[in-house]
Amino acid sequence: MEINRKLAILADAAKYDASCASSGTSKRDSVGGRGIGSTEGSGICHSYAPDGRCISLLKILLTNYCAYDCLYCVNRVSSNVARARFTVEEVVQLTLDFYRRNCIEGLFLSSGIIQSADYTMEQVVEVARVLREVHDFRGYIHLKTIPEASPELLARAGRYADRLSINVELPTVEGLHALAPEKDGQAIRRSMARLRIHIDDAKEAAKPLAPRAQTAVRPRRAAAPVFAPAGQSTQMIVGADATSDRSILTASASLYGAYRLRRVYYSAFSPIPDASRALPLAAPPLVREHRLYQADWLMRFYGFAHDEIVSADNGMLALDIDPKLAWALAHREHFPVDLNRAAKEMLLRVPGLGVKSVEKLLQARRIRTLRIDDVSRLHVPLKTILPFISVPGVGARNGLDDAALAARLKPAPRQASLFDAEPVHA
Amino acid sequence: MPEISAVTRTVSLAAEDDLPGFRRAARRLVAEGVVPEDVSWFVRSTAEADLFDTGRGVDGAVDPAPALMLPAFFAAGCQHAGLHADPGRFGLLYRLLWRLVHEPGLRHDPLDADRVAMEQMARAVRRDQHKMTAFVRFRPLAVPADEGEGAAETIHVAWFEPQHHTLRATAPFFARRFAQMAWAILTPERSARWDGRRLSFGPGARREDAPAADAGEQLWLTYYENIFNPARLKLKMMQKEMPRFYWKNLPEAALIQPLTALSAERSGRMVEQAASEPVRRRSAASLALRIEPAAMGVVGAATSLEDLRTATERCRACPIGHAATQAVPGEGPVGARLMFVGEQPGDQEDLHGRPFVGPAGQLLARAMAELGVERASVYLTNAVRHFKFEPRGKRRIHKTPAQQEAAACAHWLEEEIAMVQPGALVALGATAARSLLGRPVAVTAERGRWLGRADGRQVLVTLHPAALLRMAPHQFDAAFAAWLADLRLAFEGSAALA
Repeated sequence: MEINRKLAILADAAKYDASCASSGTSKRDSVGGRGIGSTEGSGICHSYAPDGRCISLLKILLTNYCAYDCLYCVNRVSSNVARARFTVEEVVQLTLDFYRRNCIEGLFLSSGIIQSADYTMEQVVEVARVLREVHDFRGYIHLKTIPEASPELLARAGRYADRLSINVELPTVEGLHALAPEKDGQAIRRSMARLRIHIDDAKEAAKPLAPRAQTAVRPRRAAAPVFAPAGQSTQMIVGADATSDRSILTASASLYGAYRLRRVYYSAFSPIPDASRALPLAAPPLVREHRLYQADWLMRFYGFAHDEIVSADNGMLALDIDPKLAWALAHREHFPVDLNRAAKEMLLRVPGLGVKSVEKLLQARRIRTLRIDDVSRLHVPLKTILPFISVPGVGARNGLDDAALAARLKPAPRQASLFDAEPVHA
Repeated sequence: MPEISAVTRTVSLAAEDDLPGFRRAARRLVAEGVVPEDVSWFVRSTAEADLFDTGRGVDGAVDPAPALMLPAFFAAGCQHAGLHADPGRFGLLYRLLWRLVHEPGLRHDPLDADRVAMEQMARAVRRDQHKMTAFVRFRPLAVPADEGEGAAETIHVAWFEPQHHTLRATAPFFARRFAQMAWAILTPERSARWDGRRLSFGPGARREDAPAADAGEQLWLTYYENIFNPARLKLKMMQKEMPRFYWKNLPEAALIQPLTALSAERSGRMVEQAASEPVRRRSAASLALRIEPAAMGVVGAATSLEDLRTATERCRACPIGHAATQAVPGEGPVGARLMFVGEQPGDQEDLHGRPFVGPAGQLLARAMAELGVERASVYLTNAVRHFKFEPRGKRRIHKTPAQQEAAACAHWLEEEIAMVQPGALVALGATAARSLLGRPVAVTAERGRWLGRADGRQVLVTLHPAALLRMAPHQFDAAFAAWLADLRLAFEGSAALA
């Protein structure tokens, strides 16, 4: 099969994986090396597809043949899609060529499971090895690891890759049993634990030595072994089964806590060509996916606990307002927040104020009293913020007790379209 | 070199990105006490250079003005804002500089209007630089063989139109990234070239000077076309990050319109299409891999330690197992003279799948070392097999297992005792003591003496090492000594029992 056709099939097969970030790895460049490539900490999105998602890495499958029969997956064994398989060398050349053109930041390689977990993983690792060792490629590499692969292969993968990921796919055991009967939740967690141990050990080894009494003799040491410097991540499919947002966020909190994941990606279950009979076909719940990302953000950067974001009633996030505003509307007793006196934790809970804005307010209020003009200069949504804050010159409880406040702050209703449909339940 | 006219206070800079010139002139002007309102800033184009070059300027080669002590944010902001396309940028930067020198409070105020304006310009420039690192598209150009010795065979050339004067500032990024590749970036204002050793800048160029699309670029278009999911059209989001301004120089941008136009139809077809019957039969491998939910419930008695491990792993008699990574089995020799029983695995034990490897385990190891006992000579296990925790922030906080959960686990411990046949047992903490003795035990009251079990085995109760770790530093030494005494008794007693 010619390469163009293979690329079409194997890029198409990879498009349902949400993760594409290329950030958070160690800084390096190709000066003094034999090859090309650099990473400077923050990732670069080299293009954007019309679905609004960034294209940062060449995201492809080594092959879309797969022995598994995960019902939500277009590559499952019982799917009738066209199949293809790249050779190791083809992936290496494609990566280098796209990289030289500056189209990509690196490679994100995944694969269907063929022959055995170890065989598949070996092939995936081999691509990374050739890129690193033969071509001295210093760009970003993200490998999807096969949870059932041997610990030795996981350890090798971590030496070549910037990031490793294992998709949990479904947040509950019941969901896995029903939709991905070959996927072993235990094996997934065990692999994540192994990766965390490797990552922790590498970080520990890289720590500077404690100063010794003999300052004249500087201890020399070999460079610490690097293991997946950009950490590990995972993906959950949203809307393929009946799991509530509360269960999803609880699962995420547990994954962040247990395995120190850098990111949990939420991928709205998407209609796929040649779908399985066992799944309802419907438009993807994109708004729900968006709300989950916002809620995830609140957990990671705003000090929210996983169990306070979702309201008590049905376990689902509101679709019409963002979760921070929803929390504030439901907890008006904590507001208004005095911009000049409130603690940072409370400022972070004001809808519309971001982490950076809060930093600026804290800095400025050390030297003078904040006024409403200061808030305007932050370029934040004043209409949303005003009811929740108090600053000199703004009437106290500015409409905060208004029963219609929620309605006032909701975005104007739009004609419902395919792209903001209700969540789908299996 | 910047020239400052004595009469009009007109500064004319050598180029749009002549930031060193701006800095020198600004320092001079501040030293001379020239207020911002009296300065006008120009950038010399070739023609203007003739027009304004009156010879009354100051020789910039000498730099008599003293350096100014300025806050770091200004230096950083100036470096970027100075490259903004707005002709008023130098006026703004000088005004802010002047104010920073004369208004002491200003450096602490991130919300001052001038400072906010500078930061905004700086942000626009940084964004433009970032977009250049993203959207420059190189195309290979074969270099004729007669270019001379050592010349690269291919040079990668790109045409790019920045929104601000950012080429000179961004080119080093490409030199670091493509250190072993000859490349050139052409822009209307300036061009940059890297030959593998040195970065050089030349005059501006025209779009036609860059090579046209080649066969390799078709592969990129194929990729772009196929990585797009038609069921998720979000054009606004895309335009926010990839503004139309840049589209004319991105080869893939030509595909946006056709892909968009087809997407509703393509995704609609997927939704409407009935599910198909698989053409291929499921492979035997796939069926063999299937994990049967039935095998995951409560499990019957095991006959060997290995069996016990597998069975415990599958146990879901209580909900703890769902969230934990793995069941943590006991570890040590069969027939060990002592079996230590803890409460449950902790964070580290859960990750490693081995008992007593975390901080509490290390304390136990320290105690054994002080007593001269090999860790490998004793059997270590827990009353509860899975880690019970509560996610809090980025940590898992240990939660004491409920009595029911400990009870559900008790049979695993009993089977393990029956297989290991230890000489005696040490219960570390209340949960272990309760599981071993079958009644609630007040550890502080009953610690340090041998208690009999129903099966006739002797149990010595003491604190769990984690309890020692939670103590205030001033209490620790005494508590550790007392704990050590308990453990010594256990080892001596078990020797006597043996």
